Amino acid sequence: MKYSYYPGCTLKNKAKDLDAYARASARALGFELEEIENWQCCGGVYPLGSDEIASKLSSVRALNEAKEKGQDLVTLCSACHHVIKRVNDDMKNVEDIRTKANNYMQLDEPYAGETKVLHFLEVLRDEIGFDKLKEKVVNPLTGKKIGAYYGCLLLRPGKILEFDNPENPKILEDFIRAIGAEPVIYPYRNECCGGYISLKEKDMAKNMCNNIVDSADGFGAEMLITACPLCMYNLKKSTDEKLPVKYFTELLAEALGVKEEVDKA
Amino acid sequence: MSIVNSQADKIKEISGSNPLKCMKCGKCSASCPSFNEMDIKPHQFVSYVQNEDIQSLVESKSLWKCLSCFACIERCPRNVQPGKLIDAARQIVVRQKGQDYLKADEIPELIDPETPQQLLVSAFRRYRR
Repeated sequence: MKYSYYPGCTLKNKAKDLDAYARASARALGFELEEIENWQCCGGVYPLGSDEIASKLSSVRALNEAKEKGQDLVTLCSACHHVIKRVNDDMKNVEDIRTKANNYMQLDEPYAGETKVLHFLEVLRDEIGFDKLKEKVVNPLTGKKIGAYYGCLLLRPGKILEFDNPENPKILEDFIRAIGAEPVIYPYRNECCGGYISLKEKDMAKNMCNNIVDSADGFGAEMLITACPLCMYNLKKSTDEKLPVKYFTELLAEALGVKEEVDKA
Repeated sequence: MSIVNSQADKIKEISGSNPLKCMKCGKCSASCPSFNEMDIKPHQFVSYVQNEDIQSLVESKSLWKCLSCFACIERCPRNVQPGKLIDAARQIVVRQKGQDYLKADEIPELIDPETPQQLLVSAFRRYRR
């Protein structure tokens, strides 16, 4: 199976390992991520103003490129996923935005939300299947107690993201079980890490991240996993790395026996 | 520039949200991770828009404390979505010349070698135009 793939800015720079472990794992699982050409930054945050058009066009370009190839579009960074999925929803369901964006883009055929957007975790759950993933694990992380940190962007708003139950998600816990480890459920797993507030208000992020890490620690987690480079940065930076924080793709690569080849490269 | 009452309509237009549907249940403020930092709380924010007191909103600290975490948007039972109103008020400010909340000159002091690109682009989008 071949998918169009949108890595995003951070995965080309500070979060290179999030990307590299995902690509190696995809190969091990037998699917291909074909990076779309000339992708542009998604903007990091979804523009909430209903009159915003220009700031959504980079997502539309990526979505349209996947459509032209007849492929689903796979994302990995939580922020890119959030933005692209929501812009796709606008293009499908909001006539005013669809019309204005298409008038600007002048595509051969107007784009109207045809592309299916999948987060890498959704590929694992819905396309590969966690049972199948479990069969491919050669190095199970037996006995590891792992707290899933979801944050905001993958889950909310649930009606548009359609990723999991936004108040009681389980996709990452199911993932943790599939790689042989033990999920730790703790109350702060879908609370905000502070997001962009950590640029100007470090104390706010510190407070929020310590709540998250203390909560996970109190319930017995030995480490946290995330899909978001900004959550990763905030959780590490604001808590003096009380608990290790890793990208879920690193553990996936480890379980699939392909981590070393990535680390050597 | 003075803020006139029609700014309330501008906020409704930008947000696409109808504050009159609010039933004052307070779920937004109960959910808000920035509640303690906000001078005008999310549920109060809705009332200010209803009362067309936009001047207080554009001067409030709350605009810059909102994290866009979408907790209030997810949980609002009346689809008023206070986070969208807060963002609209933020837009009213940053769309004016010279009113960016984040200046490029500030950046070097705010970052460190691990700062992810995502943090900078996100802050740029929320804090300036």
